[in-house]
Amino acid sequence: MKTLSEIDTTSKRATRAAGFSWGIAEEVGKNMRLLELFGLSGIKNLNKYLKDYKQKQLEKITLIHEINESKKNPFCPIILGTNFIDQVNLMDKKRNIRIYNVAFPVLFLPFVSRASEVVGKRIFFKLDDKEFLFNLNQSIYSNYLKNEILENCESISIDFIENNNSFTEVEWKEIYKLSENTFVEENESLKIGAAGAGLTDND
Amino acid sequence: MQAQLRDPKTIMKLTRLGSFHQSKLSFLRSFLKEFKDWEYNRDLFDLDESGYGRAVYSFTKKNKTYSLVCFANKINDDERSDRVIATKWDAAFVLHDGIPSKKDIERLEQNVPRQEVGRLSYKELTLSRANKSVRVFNHVIESLSKGNQPDKEFLSKVGYLYRTTAVYGSGKFGLADRFRIKNREEICGPFRLEMMLVYLVRQFTFDQVNHIAKNKNPKKFVPLDKEISRNLGIGNSTGLGMAPFIVNHPTLLNNWILARENALKKVREIKIIKNEDFKLFVNCLKKSIKNVTSWNTESEFQKKKIKQLIIDLNKLLVFIKDFNFKTNYAFNILYLWAEENLDFECLEYVVSMMFEPYNFIIDPLIKQMSSDEEKFFNIPGERTVQDLRNILEEKYSDVLKIDFDKKESNENFWFISKNKEEPRLANRYDEQGSELEQPLAIARDIKKLYGRISNQKNSLKIGKFLIENNDLRHVVRRAFISEKFPYSEIQDNIIGSNLIPIDMLRLKLSFFGAIKFDPRSDKWLRICMFQGAPLPNELKNFNEHWVYN
Repeated sequence: MKTLSEIDTTSKRATRAAGFSWGIAEEVGKNMRLLELFGLSGIKNLNKYLKDYKQKQLEKITLIHEINESKKNPFCPIILGTNFIDQVNLMDKKRNIRIYNVAFPVLFLPFVSRASEVVGKRIFFKLDDKEFLFNLNQSIYSNYLKNEILENCESISIDFIENNNSFTEVEWKEIYKLSENTFVEENESLKIGAAGAGLTDND
Repeated sequence: MQAQLRDPKTIMKLTRLGSFHQSKLSFLRSFLKEFKDWEYNRDLFDLDESGYGRAVYSFTKKNKTYSLVCFANKINDDERSDRVIATKWDAAFVLHDGIPSKKDIERLEQNVPRQEVGRLSYKELTLSRANKSVRVFNHVIESLSKGNQPDKEFLSKVGYLYRTTAVYGSGKFGLADRFRIKNREEICGPFRLEMMLVYLVRQFTFDQVNHIAKNKNPKKFVPLDKEISRNLGIGNSTGLGMAPFIVNHPTLLNNWILARENALKKVREIKIIKNEDFKLFVNCLKKSIKNVTSWNTESEFQKKKIKQLIIDLNKLLVFIKDFNFKTNYAFNILYLWAEENLDFECLEYVVSMMFEPYNFIIDPLIKQMSSDEEKFFNIPGERTVQDLRNILEEKYSDVLKIDFDKKESNENFWFISKNKEEPRLANRYDEQGSELEQPLAIARDIKKLYGRISNQKNSLKIGKFLIENNDLRHVVRRAFISEKFPYSEIQDNIIGSNLIPIDMLRLKLSFFGAIKFDPRSDKWLRICMFQGAPLPNELKNFNEHWVYN
């Protein structure tokens, strides 16, 4: 089994060899480590992408808007991802971002996972019919488990999820009440002696 | 009194970093301290009469075990090479996580002696190989088999029986990735498992010479004297492979240097020096002179440094003779005097020595010498060009003064060798391959970045600046790292004609705890580790200042 360190280093070098800058290659190295750690097919997709990308003349997105449509060729996932993570703090006020026609979209996923950590919000991500929930770069929850090469996708939808509880206040109160059953009711003697602090607060 | 941390622009110059010495913060010393109450065992020793075969050594505590698995092989003299391009070695070693099964050992036997072309698993932690110092090895066996102890003076010229030529860890060749083990308390310090490997290899070398000598002449044989064993370490040959590490791990480098600088600051801030602490300092200083006078090297560069070190140490001893350590903040006064009167080599030597009495300062700092590098990887796209400019002007002011239009400022380039996948350095104007340069020319690229932002709006966000400037992305990342980590950057040009690469090696090796740096050229050197260290069965109760005994 290849180690994550080997995956990182080799992906970085391969990306540089394909013509990207060292700084972007570093991003890709970290991303491949992340994808493989989370059990997604990073190397498989990167390998095919690096073979194809010069012929495909992928479109390089610059500024990311709410709606992003490629003019002719699909968007390059590496340039899209790099700009997404660089600009995420400038765009998280936008509730929903849509990107149409992206090549090798699996390679975009780790950028979004890391962006979730950068903005401190979970991100709900839809890639055609595949759903992903990015949890602050701690885990990826998804209905997509195929180990395959995804050469293209028609549309990507990105929602930044506000930091709200997933439960109601009533549910919280109920569970809190139950937790109180681990506390000891203090009598006078316990109130005086058990805290360890001084008896006068204003001395 | 509050002492200031020393200025990174002074400390992070290569001439200064290349004058660092081992200290209590060094990894091999903190390793010994951490593992002193672990149970040491020799679990297997299956060598033939010529010393070839396999052996297993272990450290165990509660239900946790680390095992060194050794394979000693016969090689011809003409096959023995310290260069990383060698394919055979006298012995090969791996540190296994736990107790290796018979099946594990068989698997390892197929792979460990092959080193880079073998394959390890996540159950293995570090990998190494070593060659004999043939003249010392043969002399010791010859002497012991005749019933004599070896000639101490002869041994002291070399200082070891074997020298390692590489020690690998952290995910190389299938070894466990760092994330699998980083939360273990006993290995919180950097390179701790590499240190364990080297330390146990040292014991194997003693057991092997005893075994061979005994088989050679069972009647007359005497075992190697413990005192002599203690004064032997493990050698190491180090080339340029190690140099880029300190550039590629800026937050880690910062944490090493910051620990040292914080230690010095805290020692300087001690108001009243206890009698026994000052005595210990002076005692270590006096005893350490033996280490300096027995420091052998053919390198004119190092000879000059050692000569100056001896002159300065004598100057310091004269100063200390009349020094009143009962004055408030005596170590601060001593440090300021040293800064004024001694060369870097001796100044940094004294700094290391000042740490000796103070476990309460050093121990907490040791725990801060690792780094979770991933945390600082993302570039803050919401910051502005003005922020970046401020960082560059504040943190890289000396670097920005370098004239990269001059040929000599660009003379070298760093590359990865296709043959061995190891970093190398070559002259850009004489050799081919500079188009495949590694991103290590930090000073040049920082200066380029500074030029690039000069005509950008101050309010421009970095996320937008990068759209057209991703060729400099690697240094934008570094600049924001250096904002938080003041000692993360070498404040020199490491592609310039005046670069002495061994300064970079020496910096790293001093933190390992190496002594007796012996440059063999400006690009590689030999060192010694664990010379004078307690033997494994003495660990439970050893003198912490063993380096100076």
